[in-house]
Amino acid sequence: MAKISLENVKHSYLKRPRTPEDWALKKLDLEWSDGGAYALLGPSGCGKTTLLNIISGLVRPTEGKVLFDDVDLTERPTDRRHIAQVFQFPVVYDTMTVRENLAFPLRNRGLKASEIEQKVEAIAHMLDLDEMLPRRASGLTADGKQKISLGRGLVRSDVNVIMFDEPLTVIDPHLKWQLRSKLKELHQRTRRTMIYVTHDQTEALTFAEKVVVMHEGRVVQVGSPVELFERPRHTFVGHFIGSPGMNILPCEVSGGGVHFAGRRVEVENPPRGSLAGRHTELGVRPEFVLLAEQGIPVNIVKVSDAGRYRIVEARCEESRIKLLLEEGVSLPASNAAVRFDPAHTRLYADGQLLE
Amino acid sequence: MTLELRNVVKSVGAQTHIHETNLRLAKGGFNILLGTTLAGKTTLMQLMAGLEQPSGGEVWFDGKNVTAVAVQKRNVSMVYQQFINYPNLSVFENIASPLRVAGMGRAEIKERVHRIAELVRIAPMLARRPGELSGGQQQRTALARALVKDADLVLLDEPLANLDFKLREELRDELPKLFVNRHSVVVFATTDPMDALLLGGHTATLREGRITQFGPTAQVYHRPADLVTAQVFSNPPINTASVSKRAGHVVLSDTVQWLATPELRELPDGTYLVGIRPHHISPVANGTGSTRLDGKVQITELSGSESTIHFQHGPLHWVSQSHGIHAVEVGTTIQLFIDVDRCMYFSAEGKLVA
Amino acid sequence: MDGKTQNQMGWLFVLPVVTLVAFNAVIPLMAVVNYSVQETFGNNMFFFEGVKWFEQVLHSDRFHASLGRQLFFSGIILAIEVPLGVAIALAMPRRGPWVSVCLVLMALPLLIPWNVVGAMWNIFALPDIGMLGRLLNDLGFNYNYTQQPISAWATLIAMDVWHWTSLVVLLAYAGLSAIPDAYYQAAKIDGASPWAVFRYIQLPKMRRVLTIAVLLRFMDSFNIHTEPFVLTGGGPGNATTLLSIDLVKIALGQFDLGPAAAMSIIYFLIILLLSWVFYAVMTRGEEQ
Repeated sequence: MAKISLENVKHSYLKRPRTPEDWALKKLDLEWSDGGAYALLGPSGCGKTTLLNIISGLVRPTEGKVLFDDVDLTERPTDRRHIAQVFQFPVVYDTMTVRENLAFPLRNRGLKASEIEQKVEAIAHMLDLDEMLPRRASGLTADGKQKISLGRGLVRSDVNVIMFDEPLTVIDPHLKWQLRSKLKELHQRTRRTMIYVTHDQTEALTFAEKVVVMHEGRVVQVGSPVELFERPRHTFVGHFIGSPGMNILPCEVSGGGVHFAGRRVEVENPPRGSLAGRHTELGVRPEFVLLAEQGIPVNIVKVSDAGRYRIVEARCEESRIKLLLEEGVSLPASNAAVRFDPAHTRLYADGQLLE
Repeated sequence: MTLELRNVVKSVGAQTHIHETNLRLAKGGFNILLGTTLAGKTTLMQLMAGLEQPSGGEVWFDGKNVTAVAVQKRNVSMVYQQFINYPNLSVFENIASPLRVAGMGRAEIKERVHRIAELVRIAPMLARRPGELSGGQQQRTALARALVKDADLVLLDEPLANLDFKLREELRDELPKLFVNRHSVVVFATTDPMDALLLGGHTATLREGRITQFGPTAQVYHRPADLVTAQVFSNPPINTASVSKRAGHVVLSDTVQWLATPELRELPDGTYLVGIRPHHISPVANGTGSTRLDGKVQITELSGSESTIHFQHGPLHWVSQSHGIHAVEVGTTIQLFIDVDRCMYFSAEGKLVA
Repeated sequence: MDGKTQNQMGWLFVLPVVTLVAFNAVIPLMAVVNYSVQETFGNNMFFFEGVKWFEQVLHSDRFHASLGRQLFFSGIILAIEVPLGVAIALAMPRRGPWVSVCLVLMALPLLIPWNVVGAMWNIFALPDIGMLGRLLNDLGFNYNYTQQPISAWATLIAMDVWHWTSLVVLLAYAGLSAIPDAYYQAAKIDGASPWAVFRYIQLPKMRRVLTIAVLLRFMDSFNIHTEPFVLTGGGPGNATTLLSIDLVKIALGQFDLGPAAAMSIIYFLIILLLSWVFYAVMTRGEEQ
């Protein structure tokens, strides 16, 4: 178990990077403490897999250092970093049984047969693989194979961190939540450091205690799921997290107040200094846009029934506003108006939260 | 423009992949095939397109029997999960390809391609090759190629499955706009109930080669004909249990019972199956007919806007989904509340009764 | 796929090939079968003899000897070429500028016409003026492939290994290239030794490809004619008279069409049987 730190890490896949776009990872400093459940969340191409591979040692960073417990491991190869990784598609040794698969990493490290037996049984039980132990690994379904991959990481007691690279990609959609829950349960039970890379916010926010949101090779925000949801520090995070994402609306700041569509709007973080020359926007989640008798007039464009709630798409001047309606709440036939909950409406300047 | 499947069956050897199916799909709005991975959605689509011949039954399109017509002669486009594009042609050429096969004139091809590219928001990429584009852009190219042909039948086989979460949301938002004002019958296959709900139209729920229900999406969701349909159309899975109805009360367990709804009271006493959607169980009482239930927390999943709690009540393993953040300790027993007005009741065979 | 929609065009495309195959293969094959059950005394007079030739061939010592030599030859070839080919494929780089160079080098021996190969080695191994022959004799070996059976066999095998190992290399290389990197990464993380990587990842994943390689090499080596014929002519004596060479001697040398035809058919059936055995054994694990 270890504390993992990344110092001044930058990476480019090109030999001679020139422009900022040539860098897959721009400068970042991160620290992961022992035993936590972390997620690296971001769209395709944001650099999260590169970052994962740098931590595991499969990629050597162009610049910067990787430290495990303050020991510089940047030059050390993968097999000496004591990590385990679960890949995007299941990697199992086809010719071996499930039992032999789980025992493999321990046999390579020369443990005694009785110890191996005990550990394998324990882990198989945790993963609900007890009945599968004598079966050939190649005969299992995708989620079973991913469990074996995970099991190979869990059996070892010398593992500093277990990393997941979009592990649910090939799993049947209706089995995904099962495996997701299982991963969370395993973390809560074993308290090993786990880092989970994904583009799916549900996976990230459900699994992790702390989420690192990445965009174009940069870390945009690090925080707990609640923090990221309630207080996104960047409009990208506001848009990316939450389904549907945050409403980002253009606004003007004048006379000490914030104005949208000609009306004054109360925000949680009123501006103090001057914001001249900066691009100001309002961020408010659809959950906190409320129907009101009097407020900002909108035209209802579309209502989608999402089961648990309804997503209403409204238009005000040029802007699209989305709001959520719970079951049973009705929409006015005409002259609809909305207001924004001040406690959850925030002002952003140049994409950053004003603090 | 209607597509009809009349008594269509598909068997390969001893296995029946599609059991006898009758379906009538109209144009205007999405016709969604919802089901798990091996339910038969792709096979059904292939039968509709003519890529596979049914072992029995007929396929009719616009009042004509097209069962024996080769797929090349039918006017069909298909979009796949895996962004299928011609790798060595530019995006422009990709989109133009069906028009060239049809022998259209150069000027007209150019005009059409540009128009569709604008619609699908891929106009800046026309000169590039699919390999240089991102996943979302490749899928838009495939969509454009399907749209430009203005086919009578457009089949989309889980087109959003390989896309990033956010991209999926965006494209799901845009898709209905792309298909508005078209004369095509559009069929969309998916495993995600959310896709079905947000795309609207009509939905057919499939399980193991059988269509369990077909109707307007909201109706299939809110009033499933049977338990199987309710289960297919639910993510996380719907909570089910055996309950007994006696003397105007519904009894779930020794500690939990509630008053039967007027609808249910009409029915004879006995054992029924109750289906409760996860979002109708919450750690917070919300007034309307909330019945208390004690559950031992097994797993908690918090995702900012939602809290999903997996709990155990006696022998039942159920799931509760609620809005907001409810941080509860694993292993503790908490109080949960069922919105009993929204429970669905099924007969012992699984048919919806109330 | 059952019940494909009508497409008669396909038949038109196939017709020329079907005609060609009919003329060049089916009709001559029928002629062979015809000869194998008849006796001729020349002058185009034929008498039906039934299975007499087959019995004669199957009981003949000469046939047994050639068959024995052939089996021995194919056995050694497989035992050397398959492991060697796999080993070379493992050693070849999977990425970078040298990949194309290696592939081209490996393909070169396969491009040479077979009788040229035979002729090359014939001269190369000559004990007095051939580079190889001279070298071996200078080193103290008593080497003369025209006179000693052991030298002849050694040269024959060396020639075939040189000529055909590349095929196994290319097939094995293709199989190896199909293994995703993640497997190697996982093995590294599991602390597997290079031998374990070979045994548990590379070999199982190459199974299909190796089946094809073994089948091809078996069939080709069992059928082999041109190279040994040009190299040794079957000599010294009949030390390297493999089945095909013997067959040609009987058919064209002695003009015994009946026995030759019967032998051809038996030859064909042996190959079919052994190939089937190989195939069954190597793919038995596949259906799970």
